[in-house]
Amino acid sequence: MTILNDPINFIAGWMRSLLTGWGLPNGLTTVIIYFIGITVLIVFAMVLDILLVWVERKVVARFQDRLGPNRIGPFGLIQPFADIIKLIIKEDITPAGADKLLYNLGPVLAIASVIILWAILPLSAKIFGVDLNVAVLYLVAAGALGTLSIIVGGWASNNKYALLGAFRMVANMISYEIPMVVVLLIPTILADTMSVQGITQAQSGMWFAILSPLALIIFIISAIAELGRSPFDLNEAESEIVAGFHIEYTGMKFGLFYAGELLHAFTFGGFLAVLFFGGYGGFFGLENTGFFSWLNNPFVQVVVFLTKAMFGYWVIMWIKYSMPRIRIDHMLAFNWKFLTPLALVVLVNTAVLSKVLLGLPNWGYVLGMFFSNIVIGYIAVEILRAYGRNQRKAEATLSSQRSQSQEQAL
Amino acid sequence: MTADQIIFLLCAALILGSALLVVTTRKLIHAALWLVVALFGVAILYAILQAGFLAVVQVVVYIGAIAILFIFAVMLTRREMLDKGAQTRSNWWLPALLGLAILTGLVFLIIRQPAFGRTAAQIPVGVDTLRNLGNALVSPDAFVLPFELASVLLLAALVGAVYIASGNKK
Amino acid sequence: MQNEWLYIGIFLVIGIIVPIVPLVFSQLVAPRKPNPIKQSTYECGIETVGDSWVQFKAQYYIFALVFLVFDVETVFLFPWALSLKQLPLFVVMEGVLFIAILVSGLVYTWRKGMLEWA
Repeated sequence: MTILNDPINFIAGWMRSLLTGWGLPNGLTTVIIYFIGITVLIVFAMVLDILLVWVERKVVARFQDRLGPNRIGPFGLIQPFADIIKLIIKEDITPAGADKLLYNLGPVLAIASVIILWAILPLSAKIFGVDLNVAVLYLVAAGALGTLSIIVGGWASNNKYALLGAFRMVANMISYEIPMVVVLLIPTILADTMSVQGITQAQSGMWFAILSPLALIIFIISAIAELGRSPFDLNEAESEIVAGFHIEYTGMKFGLFYAGELLHAFTFGGFLAVLFFGGYGGFFGLENTGFFSWLNNPFVQVVVFLTKAMFGYWVIMWIKYSMPRIRIDHMLAFNWKFLTPLALVVLVNTAVLSKVLLGLPNWGYVLGMFFSNIVIGYIAVEILRAYGRNQRKAEATLSSQRSQSQEQAL
Repeated sequence: MTADQIIFLLCAALILGSALLVVTTRKLIHAALWLVVALFGVAILYAILQAGFLAVVQVVVYIGAIAILFIFAVMLTRREMLDKGAQTRSNWWLPALLGLAILTGLVFLIIRQPAFGRTAAQIPVGVDTLRNLGNALVSPDAFVLPFELASVLLLAALVGAVYIASGNKK
Repeated sequence: MQNEWLYIGIFLVIGIIVPIVPLVFSQLVAPRKPNPIKQSTYECGIETVGDSWVQFKAQYYIFALVFLVFDVETVFLFPWALSLKQLPLFVVMEGVLFIAILVSGLVYTWRKGMLEWA
């Protein structure tokens, strides 16, 4: 156990020997070591958050065929710091009649619900917060706290537009939580464990994105709805209700909401990488050969993980800046009438095939899973097209009837 | 006083305090949010008892679904979200006395149980409680029938709620 | 107590303190000049009309109810998912029965028109 092979345990062991050498009891030593480790992790997450502001603005600018911030610092890299300074020195206007405690609690809860996800994010096989055996459900629980923060923020502003935005946003988020939780069951079945370390290690042979591409697609759609980003961004429908539930928030509180949303998107990109693309590993068995054994180095794994997470974040941004907003009734109908039944069908399919295909060799298993997903996806798209065709036919007959009756009336 | 006991006492104080605030606070939204705090305290209790799955399920189901349902119900039905009027009735001492008597009786009975002073049995190392729970829920000589009946119960709840709501829609 | 949950507990505490730091800093540094116009509620730049209570659509409540039932269902499915590898095929069928019963509930809700955002 050296500093290169196992950095966290090495440093923790050194600090523990140092502190018990000073005479502190064992429990207190544990708490102090945890405290220091957690602070380092959270500071890393917040610095990453600041970098993400820059990434977001540059990427949206390129999607919109312009340059983005390039004045402050090289390539505009100092821009987020300038933004933070501006937000901190802005006046903090609390609307009259707002509920003081809840008004201040909203942004704090929004960021807290994202930061606690970093406790289980596996940055590497040896660098992570804690290896919970219920990590997949923990992800859903953190989402539940985020939903609560939106209600608190919307209610405390004493503004009916904020409240309206908050209601619609919460109805949206809780509806899309169902396909997301159902799809989270699929890596659980394939890896036979709920812990993210176990899921990552089970993908060292084959990514789950290839075993179950439909689950990947459903997860991306529900994750974007959970994050509240376009095309599901009802809370920030600029043309409709100005800024949704955070209309009345100024200065750093708005900054916290905004930064929280970006960090949430990146964290979900990270979970996309962990659950479907192999996380810090997933090298198809290459790392066991002698030449590629440096792939087992914790720092290399961290870089691999962050790259995959950034790719997931880029996919989420790509969808955001390419698609128009969807109306609330279309969103909810899409969820309850299409996505939830589809997710349940994929789940049943995965569960049945994971038992039926047990005897086959590895390539048979992979191909069987992959093609069953393709078949289900094809059938789903055909159902949608038939539905669309019926709708158009009904519209056509209706409009022709109307024009006929108009001719007769004339 | 071990650290475990201190944390348990703090957690219990949190749950009881926020439960008291639920019923005494004047603003309905504050009551719903104090209920969330009480439910979160119960989740902390589950975590202390090494039932990690139940702690996370408590947050997901109770705080993520039921508390939100409460908040929606509060906002749907009340135009005035403030509870005006007196907090206590004129003869509040009688129910308080009865409650105290019942509490004393219950505490007395519980303290006399032989299992009261014992510490909880440690789960042996290497036993995967989550997998045992999963196996127990689906094996025919364990709890598969309650598992299926739970789905029927959920179906009944859904059908009942939809039936009542559809009556109001007309 | 397991060390994992102690870690998560400390994480939660620090995760709540960390966003409070810039807020406190902002309180110290930012100007504070409240006046009634700045503190009035925002309504697209005009004076507010009516009070700040909006009739809540009943449809929100119905969606929350359907969500609750399906949330409890998926929570039941997690232990089932963990037992699939070790036990034979009929375990999968038990889960499929569970899901089928609740899908029939979803179909009933759909046919009753409760999933329309009227």
